[in-house]
Amino acid sequence: MFKSVHDKPGKASDMTVFVNGAETAAWNGETVASVLLRAPGAERRSTVSGEPRLPYCQMGVCFECLVIVDGVASTQGCLVPVAPGMRIESQHGPREISK
Amino acid sequence: MDCDVIVIGAGVVGAALAYGLARKGRSVVVLDGADRDLRAARANFGLIWVQGKGSDAPAYSALTRQSSDLWPGFLNELSNISTSRVDYARPGGLVYCLSEMEYANRHAVNERTHNQGAQADTEMVSRVQLERMLPAVTLGPDVVGASYCRLDGHVNPLQLLAALHRAIAALGGKILFRNPIDRIMPVSGGFRVSVSDGTLQAPRVVVAAGLATPGLTEPLGLAMPLKSERGQILVTERVAPILPFPASGLRQSADGTVMIGATNEKIADTAVTAASATKLAQRATRIIPALGSARLVRQWAGLRVLPLDKTPIYAESSDHPGLFAVACHSGVTLAAAHTDVIAPAIANGRLPDDLAPFSNGRFNVQKCA
Repeated sequence: MFKSVHDKPGKASDMTVFVNGAETAAWNGETVASVLLRAPGAERRSTVSGEPRLPYCQMGVCFECLVIVDGVASTQGCLVPVAPGMRIESQHGPREISK
Repeated sequence: MDCDVIVIGAGVVGAALAYGLARKGRSVVVLDGADRDLRAARANFGLIWVQGKGSDAPAYSALTRQSSDLWPGFLNELSNISTSRVDYARPGGLVYCLSEMEYANRHAVNERTHNQGAQADTEMVSRVQLERMLPAVTLGPDVVGASYCRLDGHVNPLQLLAALHRAIAALGGKILFRNPIDRIMPVSGGFRVSVSDGTLQAPRVVVAAGLATPGLTEPLGLAMPLKSERGQILVTERVAPILPFPASGLRQSADGTVMIGATNEKIADTAVTAASATKLAQRATRIIPALGSARLVRQWAGLRVLPLDKTPIYAESSDHPGLFAVACHSGVTLAAAHTDVIAPAIANGRLPDDLAPFSNGRFNVQKCA
């Protein structure tokens, strides 16, 4: 797994977010996708092939980082900056459209 | 001679014909155009559509029905030969009606088609019936009902095109990509065209180059009167299945994306406009308001290939025997007929009399009179 360049011994993180319920350190200015790259077991499953996926392009194009952010499904994690207390959950399957 | 037949155009029409010719044991070389060519085969909506098609042209209506019935067998064989997955379903299709007037007009189109002798396979369904057919959505207040035809279906058109290309190669045919040509030269016993590494000669040539077709056939005296029409399409992110039936202008693909289309514009470029995106999205959300929460991921435009009377043209040259040309709007719907009916006729060297309603001679009023 990746490690943040800000993650140094004796230095506190800027905030805590929750990835699938687990407290995870995060820093100002990073995106949800960058947190996903270092959170264990945070992959999603492709709705087409069923294969595991992690964030790839980091610039809004590939849609590999789709994730549920504070309850909003199919959010592109690479386009959303982290915020204190944010709840990030892996999305399995396509988004449901309300009836 | 280098092969039995040269097919000019590797879009869904040319590829279906080349595949059909290869299935009949003919050696084929398919010439594809340039990357930036118009490529209707890569822009279309993916309906295999019967209802309303040819409502003023009985032969076209009958050919459409025939192709729609041939489709399952055609696809089964194509999938096996190409070892490709092609998403296809034939649950029947809908045309939503958003006012009493739209409902009455749609009803009239169906009556007219049936009065021509077509089997009565399209019916009007009320809003209440429609609600039962679409349990996963809430219809907008404007939806009065729909017209439903049990023969309609849909396919992933990009998978279809890729499968045709693979099947042609699997049957020994050759496709030369990025090989636009600007003319066909008649030579003794056939035709010659320029390819990137020299020339190619064959006793037969089939021109299926979309809107570029007349420019290739008319210098040889074969008229192919076409016009173009721009269609813009929107596609949403993948969402859980909500639409079990494809509809005119609104279908959910097997992957979950919802396609919203299409405009009919007398414009000859493939640009997209915000005004059309708005118009398409508004109509779609009038049908299913919840679609307003789905993200759009892409908008694109393509140019329809329309014979002047909208009916396909299957033409052969009398001056240059062995020269054929095919142009139509419904390359996806008619793909099965092109492979199973038109290609075998071309393989035999001439188009049968029952295809006469599709000849290019129909446009020549003086000759007919």
